[in-house]
Order: sequence, then C-alpha cells, then structure tokens
Amino acid sequence: MTQAQPTKISLAPLPYFWPKDRVLAFYQEVAKSDVDVVYLGETVCSKRRELRLDDWFEIAGHLVEHGKEVVLSTLALIEAESELHSLKQLCTRAAEDGYLVEANDMAAVKYLSDLNAFFVIGPAMNIYNADSLAVLAESGAIRWLPQLEMAGDQVAAIVADYKASQLKTIETEIMAYGHMTLAYSARCYTARHYDYPKDQCKFICLEHPQGIKAKSQDGLEIFTLNGIQTQSGKCLNLLNQWQDLVAKGATHLRIVPEHDQVLEIVADLKQAMEAGENQVLPLKEQHCNGYWNRIAGMAVV
Amino acid sequence: MELVCPAGNLPTFQLAVDKGADAVYIGFKDNTNARHFSGLNFNDKKALRAIKYAQDNGTKLFVAINTYAQQDNIQQWRTAVDRVADIGADALIAADLSVMDYATSKYPNIPIHLSVQGSATNYAALEFYVDRFNIRRAVLPRVLSLKQVKQVAESNKVDVEVFGFGSLCIMAEGRCYLSSYMTGESPNTQGVCSPAKYVEWKEQGDVLESRLNDVVIDRYGPGEKAGYPTLCKGRFEAEGKTYHVLEEPTSLNTLNILPELHKAGVKAIKIEGRQRSPAYVGQVVGIWREAIDRLMANPADFKTEAQWFSTLQTLSEGAQTTLGAYSRPWQ
Repeated sequence: MTQAQPTKISLAPLPYFWPKDRVLAFYQEVAKSDVDVVYLGETVCSKRRELRLDDWFEIAGHLVEHGKEVVLSTLALIEAESELHSLKQLCTRAAEDGYLVEANDMAAVKYLSDLNAFFVIGPAMNIYNADSLAVLAESGAIRWLPQLEMAGDQVAAIVADYKASQLKTIETEIMAYGHMTLAYSARCYTARHYDYPKDQCKFICLEHPQGIKAKSQDGLEIFTLNGIQTQSGKCLNLLNQWQDLVAKGATHLRIVPEHDQVLEIVADLKQAMEAGENQVLPLKEQHCNGYWNRIAGMAVV
Repeated sequence: MELVCPAGNLPTFQLAVDKGADAVYIGFKDNTNARHFSGLNFNDKKALRAIKYAQDNGTKLFVAINTYAQQDNIQQWRTAVDRVADIGADALIAADLSVMDYATSKYPNIPIHLSVQGSATNYAALEFYVDRFNIRRAVLPRVLSLKQVKQVAESNKVDVEVFGFGSLCIMAEGRCYLSSYMTGESPNTQGVCSPAKYVEWKEQGDVLESRLNDVVIDRYGPGEKAGYPTLCKGRFEAEGKTYHVLEEPTSLNTLNILPELHKAGVKAIKIEGRQRSPAYVGQVVGIWREAIDRLMANPADFKTEAQWFSTLQTLSEGAQTTLGAYSRPWQ
C-alpha cells in the first residue's frame, strides 16, 4: 500500500501590483517560510511589468535552492498578440528549465501540450466535472484547482469519480484563504475609478496594494477592484475547515499572498496541521465561506 | 455574413425566421443553457415544431447547451446533447469540455460552435478546441477590440461569430462568478445571472431601492429611471465616490462598425436576447437584416439609417448603447 502524501501548503501568485523591491523582499521571506509550493508570475495585467520574465525565473531559482517547488503562472485573460507571444515564451522557458506551469487560459494548455509539458489547471479554467478534468489530464494536467463557486461535496464527487475512471492520478489544490477573483473584464476598473483610459492608466494600481474596496450604498463591502479583476469584497477563510478540505480530496491548500502577514497564517496552518487541530484563524466579520457549503459565496456558515 | 438570432419561445422563433434570420438559436427548458428563466425555452414538442418551421423556410436552428455540466447531474447535459441529435439541429453551441467530448464521440457529425461562455479570447485557445473537438465556429467574448477580433479572424483557425446587439456582459463570459457570490446561482452553474427571485424593491421616502439577495444594488431618486438590478450595473461606493463602479446600464450596438467586422473576416453576427419578447426580437432582426443586406450589396459604401439607431436606442437597456470593448476607453 502506498503511503498518502502529507498535504502541502501552496502560495498563489501575487494578485496585486507591488513595487519590485517589495516583491523581492516578500519572496526572501517566503524562502524561509513553511510554504511547500510557490506560484510565481503576473496573472492579472500584461501592463504590470515591475518584474520581467528573467526576474521571475531568478526568484524561482532562489526558492528552489530553499527546497520549494515552484510553478510559473500565466495571465488569465489573453487578448493581444503580444500577450500570446509572452505566454509562449513563458511556457517554453519553463518547460526547458523543468518548471511546472499553471495554465490560466486554454491558450496555455495549447502551448504546453504542444511542448509535452505537464501543467496545473488554474482557478479560472472552469472544471465542473470529472470528464472535463480527464480531457485536460489527457493534455498534460497533473494538478487542478476546482472552480471557486463549487461546493465541497461537489469537489469530493469529482475527485472520487476521476479516481474511479482514470488510470492516472491527479492532485487537487483548494483555495483556503484570500479574496476570490470572481470576474475578468477587458475593462480596468482601477483606471476607470480614476477616469483614466486603460491605455493611459499611469500604473495607478501601484497605489492600491490590496485593491480598492467597493461598498454597497448601505456600507457592505461587496467587491474588491483589482485592475481587470473584480474580486470578492469578503476574504475566503476555509482555514479552520482544513481537515474537511483534505477529506474531500485536497492534496494542496492554497493561500493568497495579499498582505505581508500571510506567512504568519501559513505558519499557523502548518502548526495546526501537525498538531491535528482545526483552529487556525478565527472567522472574522469580513470573512466568508459560503461556496464551500453550497450557498452564496459571500455567506458565512 | 450570417445573422444569428435569439428565440425564447415558438412565436419569437417564427417571427425571427420571418424577419430574415439566417439562423435562430434556442435552449431547452432546463439549466443546460445560459438563459434558464421561467416561462422561457423549448420542450421537445416545441423544438420539433421550430425545426420544421426553420427547414420549411431555409433557416438554420442552433441549440445552446452552454452552461457547465455539474458533476452530480451530468446526465442532464448528455440527454440535452442527445435531444440536439434527435431533432436534427444544425449546430450545438457548447462551452463545457465534457459536453463537447460527449458530443464529438457520440455524434461526430453535429457541428459544434464554441459558445461565448467558453471564454476563448485568442486564436491559440481556439486551436485547442479545433484540435480536440473539431469545432466549426467560435463566438467571441465581448471583451476584444476590433484589432483583436481581426487577429483572431485572420488566423483562420475557425469561423468567427461576434455579438452585434443586445445586453452587454462586461466581464469575459464564462468567467464571471459574481452572481453566485451574491445569490448562489450563476451563469455557469444554473444558467442565470442576478436571478429574479432574489430581487427586491423597497420604497423609502422618495427613494426607490433595488436589492439582490438583500444587497443594495442601486438607489433611485425622484424622476430617475430604475433598471433591473443586474449586479455589475449597480451604483456602489469606492473611496467616497458613489458611481457605476463596473458599468452603466447600457446595451451593445455595433452597427457602426459592421463594415469593419465584415472586412475582418467575421462570418456571423449574433443578436443577444432569448429572454426578449417577440416584438423586440422582430424589430431588432428586421433592422439587422436590412443592414447586412445593404452591406453585402455594396460593401465599399455602407450607409446606416438614422432610424435604425433611434429604434435600437429605444430597445436598449437604460436607453443607452455603447461599442463596449470596441471603444477606446476600454483598451
């Protein structure tokens, strides 16, 4: 009998536009942290170029030296020819250097399968059933992130069905903490907030290292504006249910690095997992966990 | 250039055919399609009458099975594909990998159109679907500029269909989960957005307030025209400013750039609105038929009619139209 692998902790790509120095300093800390898998790269906007591809690969190399597994993540919404070109470059170089890639658009799946490279199915890829998962596994997927709006029992059913029908195994990574990306648009809402055209955005999102909060007219935080992304107003917190996540098939628990304190959360999660305890981060007013429980995502159980 | 029109019921279907649609698209009466509204869509009997009417008039019928098959009820999507084959529809409009996989393995002769809900915005993504499922056409999300549409069309991977007129999704279709965040139901899972059963109107003094699952979407003062609380078109507050944070209530209208779309190699124009009345669909189809005929007759010197615009304006959300992603501030 094969021994089950211990559940790993992963760090999502940085969602916000941070200055280069802050990014470099952050990943210095990540190298020393309890994180097992680190996803790197720009997934939101191709205009965000504080770091070049070379910079990301340099960070990747440093993290690998510290024993981390590194995955390069791709842009989610690919519209321009130049973006396809950059995507192809990233996929090719990652494959050459032996890094996994997180595919966030079918274009990445196309390029990676042409390269015979293995990949991770990112969170914007719309897998809602085991048959769809099998289609992408056939193209080279070895890990997947369930769609955020799916409930825990649905994820468990997909994992079970996949296991029963496929010869290959697949890893399942579930987002446990962070603001959820709920929509992608051609429009940049940060630029719109300032009445700037998108092509003259002045990189204004640098001034919003945790996005811009949008509230309903009676004061409820409902969205977080992050460039072309509309994120949830509340922060997903499934940390205290990590045992349920694992029971439903999670091989990896994902945490979104949206502020400097996330590495403390990682440490607390690691400690709780080692001790078999379920209290990691108490549910706060701005937290939510509805999707996992098959109700509105913003709700709390 | 083909004109593809919506129908939510048989009278609308017949009217769309009569007014000159080249193809009419429908959905079945369940959550396998992205307009799963009560009182809308086709049962088997009505679908058969529709296909008979279409064939008698030389019009094509497409069926949209363009939500994502849910694991615990995947058979429902397979049955819907079987019904597409049974009635002999001219194309299946699909978004989900498992739906396309099932269709190509069981009915390799049914042409597949990649739905806008499939969210393919570039030619490399389309290549994947061509290689894997031999799709014949792709409906592009309403997020691309004219130049980008041109690049996709010119790559010649597959025929391209774009939206011409109707309600405007401002997010990349198939990649928007805002509705389920607020209500638990979304386009991908239930075929709905901002569902009516969660809508509530409250009058407080002379302010009219719209809510969706108890979240305030907008407040209207005296004399202000109130609109359906689609959650991305509400007024919210950010850093002390209250405004349409995501988008104003408005409809897409691309009549003005029809010659450019044709020149770019776009093969079909889609009209949005299976939820609309026969009168609405009839008027819109009539105008677009006239426009496309005029364009085909003389592509080099296409002139629009002021009356087309004024009529389409009255049929638009908030009586406003936009070029959406084709307009400069979006790019």
